[in-house]
Amino acid sequence: MASSTTAATLEQYALQPQPSTPVRFRRGIIRFCRTKPLGAFGAVIVIMLVAMAFFPGIFTSQEPNPSPPPLAERYQGPSASHWFGTDNFGRDMYTRLVYGARTSITIGFGVVLISSVLAALLGVVSGYFGGWADMLIQRLVDIGIALPGLIFIILVVTTLQNLPVTLRIIMPVGILVALGSSRVIRGAAISAKQNQYVEAARVIGATDTRIIARHVLPNVMAVVIVGASIQIGGAVLVESALSFLGYGIPPPTPSWGRMLNESRQQLANYPHLVIFPTLAIFLTVYSFNMLGDALRDVLDPRLRGSR
Amino acid sequence: MQRYIIRRLLLVIPTLLGVSLVVFTIVRLVPGDVISVISGDFGSSDKTSRDALLKEYGLDDNIPKQYVNWLGDVVRFDLGKSILSNRTVSSELKNRLPITFELGIMAIFFSMMIAIPIGLISAMRQDTAWDYIGRSFAIGLLAAPGFAIALMLITFASRYFIWGVPPKGYIHLTDDPVGNIRMLIVPAMLLGAGLAGSVMRFTRSTMLEVLRQDYIRTAWSKGLTERVIILRHAMRNAFIPVITVIGLQLPVIVGGTVIIESVYSIPGMGRYYIESVNNRDYPVIQGINLVVALVVVFANLGVDLMYSVLDPRIRYS
Repeated sequence: MASSTTAATLEQYALQPQPSTPVRFRRGIIRFCRTKPLGAFGAVIVIMLVAMAFFPGIFTSQEPNPSPPPLAERYQGPSASHWFGTDNFGRDMYTRLVYGARTSITIGFGVVLISSVLAALLGVVSGYFGGWADMLIQRLVDIGIALPGLIFIILVVTTLQNLPVTLRIIMPVGILVALGSSRVIRGAAISAKQNQYVEAARVIGATDTRIIARHVLPNVMAVVIVGASIQIGGAVLVESALSFLGYGIPPPTPSWGRMLNESRQQLANYPHLVIFPTLAIFLTVYSFNMLGDALRDVLDPRLRGSR
Repeated sequence: MQRYIIRRLLLVIPTLLGVSLVVFTIVRLVPGDVISVISGDFGSSDKTSRDALLKEYGLDDNIPKQYVNWLGDVVRFDLGKSILSNRTVSSELKNRLPITFELGIMAIFFSMMIAIPIGLISAMRQDTAWDYIGRSFAIGLLAAPGFAIALMLITFASRYFIWGVPPKGYIHLTDDPVGNIRMLIVPAMLLGAGLAGSVMRFTRSTMLEVLRQDYIRTAWSKGLTERVIILRHAMRNAFIPVITVIGLQLPVIVGGTVIIESVYSIPGMGRYYIESVNNRDYPVIQGINLVVALVVVFANLGVDLMYSVLDPRIRYS
């Protein structure tokens, strides 16, 4: 009886039309939102920030740098016409924060683009091939880890004067992040290499390139994706710290860190000038971190499973 | 084990050479130099006096030659003289290094106090309200830009608390230990708050991993209480990897001290570092860089060795 029920259920299941890809995708998203509400919250904010970076006009109708500056409206507190108040030139703070998202997102994604590609390359070559390549790359990583990060970045930013400043920030940050995270990827590549299917692939004569592309990289991608999400948050913080120290994006481009730097003297009298950029940085870094953590829980096979 | 230690010690040499070479070269590529900073003070930019100064500090040679000269001094434990103050780099660092060291130790302590309990509870109660609240708190600390929080504390908290103020003069630990700690506690907490997020995340994920192991299931089925399972069985194994994260965070702490010491006017190495970069005081930048690299390299070596002591399954060869 029991076995016939099972067989019937199985048959029923097999005869049922399988959900189409969009439906499965939607179900996956619903499940992600239910089990990882913080990660889902992070994802929503991240999507909003990316939208702000590409289409700031949707979020505000005002100009970030109106000319001539509306000096009559300087230092206004939050109001219906200026949600987050106005700054020392009478510019709308909310608008400047919206446009500042582009700076943060550009630097965040730029850093992660460099760091992910470079880290995956170094980590996989180091872990998969081993030997002298591993030895050489690991010494490079040692140097990267022992370099004083912030000072190194400041030195590079001040040196390469003829490159655009965004690129001058993205490059050193990306390289430093890559060296640090390549070690984790190396570990993942070493353990992926030891799988029996890799051995089997080698036996049937697959080339190293093919094994890396088909068997090692897919195993390493989870580590890369999770790392990337968290590193964007880190890069946003680094940009704000650089701008705060006076080495970041020059005016008049809106940047959250420089908004903080410019208004630090006015903090006692006009706290809104400091509080809102701080909140913007906070929310951005928090969201990327929460998204990364949720992705790790979902993607990392060792953490998957019960609950 | 002995062979492993010797091999690791030998590997320290190329690392230090690499780090010093990178910084040595790049500071010399930065536009502007210390001679202009000095002569700017006297309002003169005379070519002959400039050349004389360049020669006096050995800056007229090409970069490779300068590097070899500097290296020759370093192996004789001579870090050279600050060009700006004309005092030896080691005497400049002697007073500043302990301050930054103390700040760093306090920051690590605070970050562990926050991160480890939250990481444990988060893992034990994964995907419950406790998990969300705890993680939000720890990641929130990481996400808050420390310098902005520091500014707000200095400006607003100083109305209510005396410790929010950057002090007029630094109180040394040896003069007045209580005053010293009262002064450093807020900057140290801010510095530690940033670290807490990463340590918490790591504690949580190693703990989650350990809690899924067979021996934990065995402990549950033996009927042990949660307390015993966590304290006796899970925590011991979960903590070992957490130690490594602290070793990796050391450079982050150094970067943090640069900012927090500047904001709080603490006369430590971090603030001196950024001042020297602004003044292009090459010997000082190189000296601090070398000290930081040494600390980082040996801390990581220490962490790796501790690993094998704590976890008998790990044996280096």
